[in-house]
Order: sequence, then structure tokens, then C-alpha cells
Amino acid sequence: MIPHDLAARPGTGPRREARGRRFAVLCGLATAVGVLALLVLLEDILLDGLGVLDTQFLTGFASRSPERAGIRAALAGSAWILGLTVAIAFPVALGAAIYLEEYAPRGRLTQLVQANIANLAGVPSIVYGIVGLTVFVRWAGLGRSLLSGALTLTILILPVLVISAQEAIRSVPRELREAAYGLGATRWQVVRHQVLPRAFPGVLTGAILALSRAAGETAPLILVGAVGFIAFTPRGPMDEFTVLPLQIYDWISRPQSEFHALAAGGIIVLLALLLAMNAAAIILRNRYRDRR
Amino acid sequence: MPTTHDIPTNGRPPALEARDVAVFYGAAQAIQGIDLVVPANRVVALIGPSGCGKTTLLRCFNRMNDLIHTARVEGRVNFHGKNLYDADVDPVQVRRRIGMVFQKPNPFPKSIYDNTAFGPRVNGFKGDLDALVERSLRQAALWDEVQDRLGESAQDLSIGQQQRLCIARTLAVRPEIILMDEPASALDPIATQRIEELIYELKRDYTILIVTHNMQQAARISDYTAFLYMGRLVEYGPTDRIFTNPAEDQTEAYVTGRFG
Repeated sequence: MIPHDLAARPGTGPRREARGRRFAVLCGLATAVGVLALLVLLEDILLDGLGVLDTQFLTGFASRSPERAGIRAALAGSAWILGLTVAIAFPVALGAAIYLEEYAPRGRLTQLVQANIANLAGVPSIVYGIVGLTVFVRWAGLGRSLLSGALTLTILILPVLVISAQEAIRSVPRELREAAYGLGATRWQVVRHQVLPRAFPGVLTGAILALSRAAGETAPLILVGAVGFIAFTPRGPMDEFTVLPLQIYDWISRPQSEFHALAAGGIIVLLALLLAMNAAAIILRNRYRDRR
Repeated sequence: MPTTHDIPTNGRPPALEARDVAVFYGAAQAIQGIDLVVPANRVVALIGPSGCGKTTLLRCFNRMNDLIHTARVEGRVNFHGKNLYDADVDPVQVRRRIGMVFQKPNPFPKSIYDNTAFGPRVNGFKGDLDALVERSLRQAALWDEVQDRLGESAQDLSIGQQQRLCIARTLAVRPEIILMDEPASALDPIATQRIEELIYELKRDYTILIVTHNMQQAARISDYTAFLYMGRLVEYGPTDRIFTNPAEDQTEAYVTGRFG
């Protein structure tokens, strides 16, 4: 007969439990700080901005009179910039991630490259703006165009994109690769038929999250020449442009309070855009997860 | 440490021949100076305690160790008179002729059909794929259980069925030799018995090299047994003799269950 030992030993049980509860409360408070700050911000913006949200606001161009001003050019500019950025950055990042994970010899050089990528992810975005101004606007002669802006954002999000794609590729189980290699598949066939299909949801999620970071960027785009006051929508990648965050910045730096309300309206639209992108990332991930 | 060799022949050239094979993982040596002759159309079992280098040795025979970045292989492995580690040998071609079944059943997250057809497809098979898939599944004694649901996911099969599918998938590439790394260790006794029966059937057409932890299994299914200990080949000979009259004390201690 084994004596049961499930009763709380005197002195230890309740005290341990109290300590556990205190820890839970502390963690709860930490969470509350973040949530509360966000709620205050949201309330402030919604109070200021909801009033200006109408079709005039979404379809109007920038204007000197607040009642006629809108975000049409900024919205179109943001859409152009994000579209171009993803079209350039996604294939480059995926290629780099596949190379680093599947092909690159494990050595000093690869480690150096890897460390550099991680470092680049922490470089302030204004530095990328300077690079963009020097390389794309001046050297390459692309001018203050959408293309210059998209290329600048591309190098800005590449490190994050490469790292997240690498992680997705690394999470593909080794057994699957070995099974495919064991059947006489070449490295490319293993990548194409086993690794990429399994890594794709993760790569896609990372891409959307990186892109939503690009959507909120302002500083580097100011440097490459985006301007706050544009009265037309871009027709091609070589046109001048503005983007939502820049339009918000332009409005908020004006003295009149009517423009501050417009800025709040712009923030609401930008938040909705970011929320939609993050939701898309979650939906895509879940859909792929269910399918396999 | 003396090594007792009782090199088996069956009047045919050996299927595989390891000569002075050593494997290093970084600076650590996993196996040292192993000579092993694998006769054609026989089942050879590699036995020994955990960490003795059985799996490492097995993976030398189809250059699977190439996939481990820190691994380095020395020595020769002869296959049809050619050293598999010569510079002009393509490991992909090696693996097409020397197939492998792994310890944990690892079907692809695809249908039963696509799992079986993967090998032929990546190898550019140009014949009747349906017939090849059926033949391979029949050879692996799985056809009767799956013929009505070839389009269903392989991951819905039982573990035992998954392992037979992995064997079918290997057979579909038409290798000459099959390497098996503890193929039944994740399976229940009934599923294990089916795999053992299958190995017995397959030996007519293939040469099989199997790593096993289970000494009864080695005794039941193999013609020859190699006992490895601490990275060395201690003894190699006909299975009956290894189990009933081993020449080395260490072998006797292991097969009688005194250690390991």
C-alpha cells in the first residue's frame, strides 16, 4: 500500500499559491498598461477624426481649405508604394532565404552575412532614407518617384522579410527533406516540392507583417522626396507621390485645428488598413494550416 | 580491440563493401575503421547499444551523411566496383539506387498516390505511373488496404500503414539496395510483424541492410548480423552463429542481454 501524498503540506501550499497569484496580478497589470494606452489613443483619435470621415474625405485631394481636403492622393500613393515594394521585395527576400537556408555552405562568410542581416533589421529607417536618396534618387537617376520610394522601402523591409522567410523554411521538418533526398530528389526538387509548399504560409505571414511596417513608414520617404501636398493620383511608377503617414504628418504640423481633425481621420484610415493587413495574415495562415 | 570477421559470400559479388570507413561529427569520431561486406539478396542486421554508430554507418551507404553539415566520411564504400565517395559520384544518383526507410514513418503531407509517385516523378519516370504505384503498393503489402482511397492524405493512415507506404515509396524508385533505420521501432507488435514479413518477401529482389535495436528481430529476419560497439565493428557473421556461438565476449554479453 503506497501512502498517498496529495494533501497540502502544512505551511507550504497556501504560501506558494499566494506567490503565484501575486505574479499573475503583476503580469495582468503589465498587459493593462499597454491596452490602456492604446484605448486612450484610440478614443482621442476617434473623437477627433470620426467627424471628417466621409466620401469627400476619401476622394478629395489635398487642399488649402480643410472642408475640401481629402486623402485620395495619399491613399493611391500608399497603394502604389506597397504594391511596388511587395513586387520587388518578396522575390528577392524569398530567394535570399532559400539560398541561406538550403544552399549556402555553413562557414564564416555565411555567418557574417547572417549577422549582418540581423543587424540591418535594427538600423533606424532614416538611414535607409539617406541610402535611398543617394543611390536611387541621385545615382540611379530615378528622381523623386514612386519607384525610388518603393526601392527604399524594399531595402528597409528586406532584413525582416529574409529573417521571417528563413524561419519559415527552417521550421519544415528535417524528416521530410530526408525522405525526399532518400528517394533521389535533387536539392531543387526538395526545395520546390517539399520545403516551399510547407514554408509558404509562414513566408506569406512574414511578408504581410513586414509590409504593414512599410505602410506606416514616413521618414525615409520624406528623404527620397515624397511631398505632403499632391493634387493628383500617380499614373505610373515614375510619378511623384505622397503616402498616408506623410499626409497625416503634413496636416498635424499645421496650426489650424481643422487640419488636426483631418489628421485624426487619416490615422483612422491608416489603422484600418494595418488592421486589415494583419487580419489577412492571420486568415491566410489559418487557411493553409487547415489544408494540410 | 580484435575484430572477428566471418565474411559471408553467396557466390555473387557483394552488393556493398565498406572499407576502412570512419565518420566524424566535427572533431568527434562516431565510427572508426569499419570493414563490412554486404552480400547481394541477403538481409544484414546492424545491432549494438544506443550511440554505437549503427545509424551513422547505415547513412554512409547512400551518402545521407552529406546532409549533415558537420559530418565527414573517410574510407571507401564500393558499389559495383565504384567508390561512392569518389569526386565524380553524384549523391542523388546514389540515393536512386540505394533507397532508405527511416525510423519514424515520414510520409509527405500529400495523398497516398502522390507519396508513392514522388520518387518516380522526381526521377523523370516516363512509363505507366498508375501501374508502378499499384505494383509498389502491392509489394509493400498495402494495396488491399488503400486501393479505394489513393487520393486521401497519407497522414490519415495508421502508423504501421504509413511505414509500409514509406517502404512502397522507396520501392517505386526501383532501388537495388534498401537501407532501413529501425523501421519498426515506432510500431506496435502486429504492425512490426507485418514489416518483418515484408522484409522477408523483399529479400528475393533486394539487398537489405537494417539497423535494429531489437535483438529478437535481428535473429528472426537477418541472414547476417554485425555487432557494433563504441564506433567499432566488433563481430560480423551469420546470424545463427552471432546469436548462438559468438566469438567475442562483448558480442556474447550484448546478445545475451547482459548490457546494452
